[in-house]
Amino acid sequence: MWNVVKLVVLGLVTLAAAIAANYARDLAYQVHAIIVMLVAGGLFLWTVRRTDEPLPPPEPGYLDGVVRAGVIATAFWGIVGFLVGVFIAFQLAFPSLNFEWLQGYGNFGRLRPLHTSAVIFAFGGNALIATSFYVVQRTCATRLWGGNLAWFVFWGYQLFIVLAATGYLLGATQSKEYAEPEWYTDIWLTIVWVAYLAVFLGTIYRRKEPHIYVANWFYLAFIVTIAMLHIINNLSLPVSIFGSKSVQLFAGVQDAMVQWWYGHNAVGFLLTAGFLGMMYYFVPKQAERPVYSYKLSIIHFWALIFLYIWAGPHHLHYTALPDWATTLGMVFSVILWMPSWGGMINGLMTLSGAWDKLRTDPVIRMMVISIGFYGMSTFEGPMMSIRAVNSLSHYTDWTIGHVHSGALGWNGMITFGALYFLTPRLWGREGLYSLKLVNWHFWLATLGIVLYAASMWVSGIMEGLMWREVDANGFLVNSFADTVAAKFPMYVARALGGVFYLTGALIMCYNLWMTVRRSPAKAETPAMAPAE
Amino acid sequence: MDTYELLRDIADSWFLLFLFSFFVGCVIWAFRPGSTEAYKDTINIPFRHDDMPASEPATVSAEKEAS
Repeated sequence: MWNVVKLVVLGLVTLAAAIAANYARDLAYQVHAIIVMLVAGGLFLWTVRRTDEPLPPPEPGYLDGVVRAGVIATAFWGIVGFLVGVFIAFQLAFPSLNFEWLQGYGNFGRLRPLHTSAVIFAFGGNALIATSFYVVQRTCATRLWGGNLAWFVFWGYQLFIVLAATGYLLGATQSKEYAEPEWYTDIWLTIVWVAYLAVFLGTIYRRKEPHIYVANWFYLAFIVTIAMLHIINNLSLPVSIFGSKSVQLFAGVQDAMVQWWYGHNAVGFLLTAGFLGMMYYFVPKQAERPVYSYKLSIIHFWALIFLYIWAGPHHLHYTALPDWATTLGMVFSVILWMPSWGGMINGLMTLSGAWDKLRTDPVIRMMVISIGFYGMSTFEGPMMSIRAVNSLSHYTDWTIGHVHSGALGWNGMITFGALYFLTPRLWGREGLYSLKLVNWHFWLATLGIVLYAASMWVSGIMEGLMWREVDANGFLVNSFADTVAAKFPMYVARALGGVFYLTGALIMCYNLWMTVRRSPAKAETPAMAPAE
Repeated sequence: MDTYELLRDIADSWFLLFLFSFFVGCVIWAFRPGSTEAYKDTINIPFRHDDMPASEPATVSAEKEAS
């Protein structure tokens, strides 16, 4: 019966997508309609072939297949995102890489949102979905709720990524930073996200542990807040149901405020709260000792949740936004320093009494340096949010350097650590294929970040100082093109840093692949084999 | 405009007070008497049930062997 419902829905979606492709008013919409038609049609055939076939017996234990798929997707999208990032870094240094034959599709303006979305939502988002499914099962001691709903979340999210990415290249964008996808892609993500929330909450509801472990609190805050941010920032009216263009509900400074309320909390709840959930599970597991202080983790959680949501206006200093609002954002950003460092201390001190592991275990080293970068970028951020500092740093490369020390250092490194932790366990291997290669990855990535952040500091501060330099008569000394020329060496150094980081990630993929293919299988212990 | 002023009035008086006392309440709650004992169990949740959910019989035998 359920299959019949599915077939009807899939058939109708295929038909509607075919009609939409025919009436499409722009290329991006047409391509998307064809993609949706092919996916729905393919799923229709797949479902038909399985209808009325005997069902395989449900496998016991945890639902780990979707986590395995998530690990693969994380590694894949990571490489895609880093590769596009390196390419656009070289485009900035050598503008001739904006090839004439790719104008309108492969120039910097089109590729830049592809890079940011690929790393934040495809790499980071897949890492969060995969690890949250792994962690919530283990810490609730129960199988994922909702059966195959978790698989719908996984594949639905991949479809969202494909629609977003192809849309950027073909020009479907609503010009909101980190929220570029157009209206129908937003609606699809909302559906997927509600399913994600249902799977997560259902699993927590059926938990066998009396307490909800702190990692799940962070994951839940991430899921709920992203849903709220996504819906409010994407309130828009499509111009036509057969076109990708839509008009925002808010206008002017309200729109700017909503956008940065969204933008900063995407950093706060996707890139911080969600990844802190990873930290609170994987760091104790890899260090084989419980987190430093559970009380601190509770205060960390509530302080972070209460403060982050107010920090957005610091993106709008010296704009039409009223001063009181930007001051509010600035003050809360500075206060936010405290819970951030509380969390950093909690993560780092988990290793107290086990610091010797840093010498022998490159995976824990990766996790520790990620917490270190978390501490550094959560110090730099509040400082840059102060109005006087912001007047120098805003619109310069300093911002880009700050974002990347957080993203490459904190988000990237903790994700690599989690992937190294998960792969042997999910595929039943004794251990990783090569710790030496993990070491190589660690140093390449670290050096890459140092090159990146240092060159962007120099470039950003130089840029800020050149822009405000005036001569004795009060005239500006430099033209904009002067600053662009002066930044050239730093741009090359930054792109090299990116190459280092990408090389490290490629080594990781090779290592994980060989772990699955070559590492000896984990010996079956008597305790693990169920009684026949 | 009226809606804005009404919401604004509630936001920076009673709701501010509510959110602030909720937060202070969370901090006090974390330090309630007996919390140290309770958290000793909670903090070790990641180290149980690595391979099997709690209800499955295999875990019971694994726990017996471990103890």
